[in-house]
Order: sequence, then structure tokens, then C-alpha cells
Amino acid sequence: MTFLIQQTLLYAVPLMIVALAGVFAERSGIINLALEGIMIFGAFIGVLFVHSMQNLEVFTTAAREGDWLTLQGLELLAMVVAAIMGAIFSLLLSFASINLRADQTIGGTALNLLAPALVLFLIRVLANQNTLQMQTGDAASWFMIKKSTFGVKKSVDWGFFGETFLNKVYIATYICIIIFIVLAIILYKTKFGLRLRSCGENPQAADSLGINVYKMRYIGTTISGALAGMGGFVYSLTTANCTANGDVAGFGFLALAVMIFGNWKPLNIAGASLLFGLFKCIAAAYSSIDINGDGVYWLAEIGISSHLYRMLPYLVTLVVLAFTSKKSRAPKAEGIPYDKGSR
Amino acid sequence: MKNKLSDIYGKDGTKKVLASLISILVGLFVGTIIVVIVGLTKDTITPSGIWDGVRLIFAGIFSTGRDAAGNLSWGYNPQSVGNMLFRATPLIMTGLSVAVAYKTGLFNIGAPGQYLMGTMASLMIALGIPSEVVPAGIIWVLAFLGGCLAGALWGCIPGLLKALLNINEVLACIMTNWLAANLVTWAFDVSNFKNMVENTKAGYIYKTTFNGVETPKLGLDKIFPGSQVNGGILIAIVIAIAMYILINKTTLGYQLKACGSNRHAARYAGINDKRNIVLSMAIAGALSGGGAALYWLAGNTEFYWSTYQSLPAIGFNGIPVALLAVCNPIGVIFTGSFMAMLDIVGQQLTGYTAYNEYITDVIIAVIVYLSAFSLVIRMALTRKPKARKEKIETKPVAEKKPDSQAEGGEEA
Repeated sequence: MTFLIQQTLLYAVPLMIVALAGVFAERSGIINLALEGIMIFGAFIGVLFVHSMQNLEVFTTAAREGDWLTLQGLELLAMVVAAIMGAIFSLLLSFASINLRADQTIGGTALNLLAPALVLFLIRVLANQNTLQMQTGDAASWFMIKKSTFGVKKSVDWGFFGETFLNKVYIATYICIIIFIVLAIILYKTKFGLRLRSCGENPQAADSLGINVYKMRYIGTTISGALAGMGGFVYSLTTANCTANGDVAGFGFLALAVMIFGNWKPLNIAGASLLFGLFKCIAAAYSSIDINGDGVYWLAEIGISSHLYRMLPYLVTLVVLAFTSKKSRAPKAEGIPYDKGSR
Repeated sequence: MKNKLSDIYGKDGTKKVLASLISILVGLFVGTIIVVIVGLTKDTITPSGIWDGVRLIFAGIFSTGRDAAGNLSWGYNPQSVGNMLFRATPLIMTGLSVAVAYKTGLFNIGAPGQYLMGTMASLMIALGIPSEVVPAGIIWVLAFLGGCLAGALWGCIPGLLKALLNINEVLACIMTNWLAANLVTWAFDVSNFKNMVENTKAGYIYKTTFNGVETPKLGLDKIFPGSQVNGGILIAIVIAIAMYILINKTTLGYQLKACGSNRHAARYAGINDKRNIVLSMAIAGALSGGGAALYWLAGNTEFYWSTYQSLPAIGFNGIPVALLAVCNPIGVIFTGSFMAMLDIVGQQLTGYTAYNEYITDVIIAVIVYLSAFSLVIRMALTRKPKARKEKIETKPVAEKKPDSQAEGGEEA
């Protein structure tokens, strides 16, 4: 059970934060189809940052002496850098769709094509192979919080809660959850959030009340880019052992599906991403999931092909979309370039 | 004489071509900048290496390798041209696929999935029917049609979801893409078409020549010796012309375009919009599937079957092919060939310089980015107030906006 919850969280948290990224863009009126591309870019930047900072004296000694606070600092710094670069990357989309009134679907697709191409090109030039890894060690030994991090022996039992949420976890997971809550409150309970949302519903009315629609849309898309970039790095850190290979396995698109399934509302999105995280987790590790801890791996034993498990997240998405499509309430003005002249 | 020139310049078609050419040039330019920057920051790449990279980006198709002194040599390279035509074949087909759907206002990002389903069907038919019983020619035709049919069925899924449940076709296409990737892997995993004869080819499916099936060369291998080219390119060109006629000269084509311009107005005029949306996606899927059949039935290609983690780039590259051609089926022939040329350029870069083929993907992405606002470029080309009116006549998606505003729930 502990394993199942931990694995589900690992997949659910990046999904959640990237789905929130989609919400910020769409609530301001821009369809951000580029989430996948921004995630790929953010993952690359974060891994590159870790890769190049590792050799600094500070961090090598910290890793040797088990100074975990410094290492967590490196992880946080990498997250921040990935977020900043993700935001900058998303400016390409904002510029095209806000200033040039371009087709947002095509603009987003362009970014989705650009990110893996650029990232793979650079990785191949930098590392002479198709994957960028950490220079020394792996994500688990550098960044994972374990019992040994606090000098506690492995045999000590922390109880169900401690074992699940404090042992073998990444601090990035919890940071993401906190950011998710804070941003959800900002979007719904502050003046700024209301203004942002109004630009996605009726930009003409918002403009007539003195809100700068262009500025709000820029802010929405930039926050979206930052979250997606950070989400990309968190994904590669926690599920791909801090490597970047120009691919996040369609997570950006799954996040879009989560966003639509969650009806553009944070609480529903959190629930939806947990559900999808569970399916992703089953697909990735079904053979080693021991649900009630009795040593019977029945997901592996019922003899369903692993291919079917891998198809499940996408299949479920389609079915869920089919059932919820009638009720879904997208922001009214999303995808429509704002034109001051057309009131 | 001057009048005539400005007449040609004033035409909307000319501006579309010009806008595409500008996109291509900017794309190549951005690629060059990246090559130069990377070359300058990395000390293993010499200035002459940078110069080689830049020259290959612009003229890689005319590269004939390196001479004895180690300098790049140039000239007409029939092998490169032939390979370009061979690679252009599936690109033209997927480009047509995206273009036809776009005419109906649908963004067919599902071409990779349809392409994979076409791959599966055509390979299974080509290898599954014993050529001792049935003549190879008939097997080829069956495999090609099977590929088209599988693609069409796969394209129908997002089409039906869009028509009946109003689910965003982009999202549905993306999901069906990954479903196809897993399904194809699954089907080949349990099949007995995995190459067991050659030890080094364990991850691959047999070539279709294993069963004696291959696309006829039609003498093209004499014109381009040493290349992979075959009659498939001619079939693709014929299909492109057929699509042009279908879209522009038939009632069905008119109905499809009407649905793309304004779905609700089309319904008001008595056109069955739901049927046309499904039909458009089915045609698009058939084109992608057919492209896959033409590529894999060539007899000299091998399919890596464990594909569940990646989608074929040929499918995605149908999008830039179509956008660059402004969704004109005849234009797709040329833009498809151009994209295939970039492919060859990428190979030359990997082979002869310290750079790699991904730079051409960057160039393609930049071109797609620019084509997102090709309207702005076209407007910039039109300074005269008289021609301002023409800007209204644009792509169907641009005109979809009012109707999504009216309905509110267009997304999903």
C-alpha cells in the first residue's frame, strides 16, 4: 500500500501542477497546447543545471558528508531555474498568440515540435548520446529523503504515515503541492485572480473596466510556462532518475486531459490527477504492486498483458472525456485572440 | 510589362507562396544561428566545421561527401535526390491527411496514430498472405488498401467523438495516437512477424521482400541509381492530384469546405455537418495509413515494432508539410519534398560534421511557428489598402472563432 501511494503521488504531482499551468493559461484566454513542449524544455534545463552544478566544491562535499540541506537547496534551485526558463520559453507562445494574434493550436504545436528538437540537438552535442544524466550519483542518492538522511536505521519503523509520507520521498513533491494550493487560492480568492479569469470569459467587458487584457494574458501564460517548466523537471527528477531525453511520455497532453476532466477547477483537478496518477502507476509498476501487503501480486497474476495496462491511462481519458463532455465548462473566450476593435 | 508583374504580385496565391518562402528562409536562418552559436561555444568544433555545417544546412542535397583532402565536395548526387523522393512519399501522404482535415476545420494531429495503424495493417497483410498462393502484385494492392482502411478507421474515432460528443479533436487525436502506439506494439509482440532469421535484427519486423512483396520501381532506380526510390512517389503524386480535384471540383469537397468555414451555417444550408466531419477524418486517416503502406511496402524498410514509447515523426511532420503548403494538395507535393530534403540534410550533418540531424527538426519547428502567424506575414506583404479585403479570406480555423464564441463549449 505504501508503495502504491508513493508511486501514485510521484505521477500525480507533476500532472497536477502542469494541469494547473493549463488552467492559468486557459483562464486568461490562451489555449496552451505547448505544455508538453515546455515540460520537455524545463526537464532539460533542470537536469542540465544539476549536471553542471554538481561539480562545485560545495555540493560534492555535501554529497560526501551527507549534508542533506545543501543538496535539497540544489534541488530547489534547479526547480526555480527550470521554472524561469519554462516561463521564458512560453513567451514564444504568448508573443505569437497575443501580439500577432496567431492560431494558438498551431503555435502550441510548433513549441511542442521545437522543444524536443532543440533539447535533443543540445544533448547530443553536449553529451554525445541521446540522454543527459547526472555527472555522478543518481537522483535517489542525492535528493531523496530517506531514513538514513536523518541518521535513522532502516529497521526503525515510523508507522504507516511516516513510512508513506516521510521515507523515500522527494521534497519537490511537497513543494509542488504547496504551490498548487497557494496558486489555486490566488486564482479564486484574490482581485488579481478574478481579473485574470474575467479575461478568459469576456475580455471585452474586462477591458471596458480598465483591465489590461494583453497584460493579463501575458501573466497567465507566463505563470503557465513557469509551472509547466517546473513540472517537467519534477517529473524527470522523481520518475526518470534526473535524466533528460527530450521526452516526457505525453505527460503534457495527459495534463491537458486532466484539466478538462477537472473542469478547469483546482479541486477537481487535484482529484483527477490522483486518478490518472494511479493509472500511470499501475501501468509502470503493476508487477510489483502488492496492494494489501500479503505477498500476492495479483495485478501481475491475473495475466493481463502489460500492453493493456500501458494503454489504460489513454483509454480512460477518452472514455472519461466522452462522458463528461456535455457538462464541461471551458472558459468562454479561450482560443480567441483579443482584438480591441471587436466589441 | 510592369503592370503584369504587379498583377502576379497582387494575387493571393503569390502571397501565400511568398509567405511560405519567407517562413522557410527564416527557419533555415534560425538553424544557422544555432549552428554558429553552438560551434562558437564548443571548443571541439573548429571555424571550418561551423562553415561546413552552415553550408550543409542550405545545400546538403548537393553534397557528395568529403574528398580525399577532407573538404566537402559538391555536385549532383542522384542517390540523395532519389532518397529524398522516397522519403517524400509518406510525407506527402501525411501532409495531405492534415491538409484535407484542415479544410474541414479539423486539426488532424492524429496522423502519427493513423500512420501506425496503417503500418500494422499493411505489414500484416503483406507478410501474412503466403505469396505461393496469391500473386505478389495482388498482395501488394491488398496491403495498400488494408493500410488505408486501418488508417481510416483510426481517423474515424476522433471524428465520431467530435461530431457526436463535441470533444476537441486535438485531444482525442493525441489519445488515439498513444493508443495506436501501444496497440501496434502489442499486436506485433504476439505475432510471428518478428525477424527471427537475422540475429541482429531482433527488434524489427521482416522486410516485405521476405514474402516477395515490394513496390515496383517503375524504372526510377535507373534514373537515381543507388537510392531507395520506387513507384510509390508517383502514386503519392497521383493521390495528391486526386485530392485537389476532390476538394476543389466536387460537391463533396464543397460540403467539406463549407463545414470548415462555418459548421452551423453549413448545417443551416442543409449539409449534414456530422457526416462530413467523420468523413473528413476518415479520408485523412486513409491518407496517413496509405502513406505508411507506401513506405513500409517498399521492401527496403524495416519496422522497429516496440514503438509504444514513441510516435513516428513522419506523422507529425505532416503538419508542417500541410501548413507550409497552405493546405493546397498540389503544394503539398513540393513542401513534402522540401521536408524530405531537410531529412537528407540532417543525415549529411550527422555524417560529415560534429552536428546532428535534430537541427533540421528545429528548423521545421520554427517554420511551423511562423506559419501560425503566416496571416500577419501575408498582411505585411499587402501594403496597399485595396488588397486589404483579401485578408479576410483565410484559413478555416481562423474563421471558426465566431462559432466557438457562440457556443461556448467548443473545447471538449
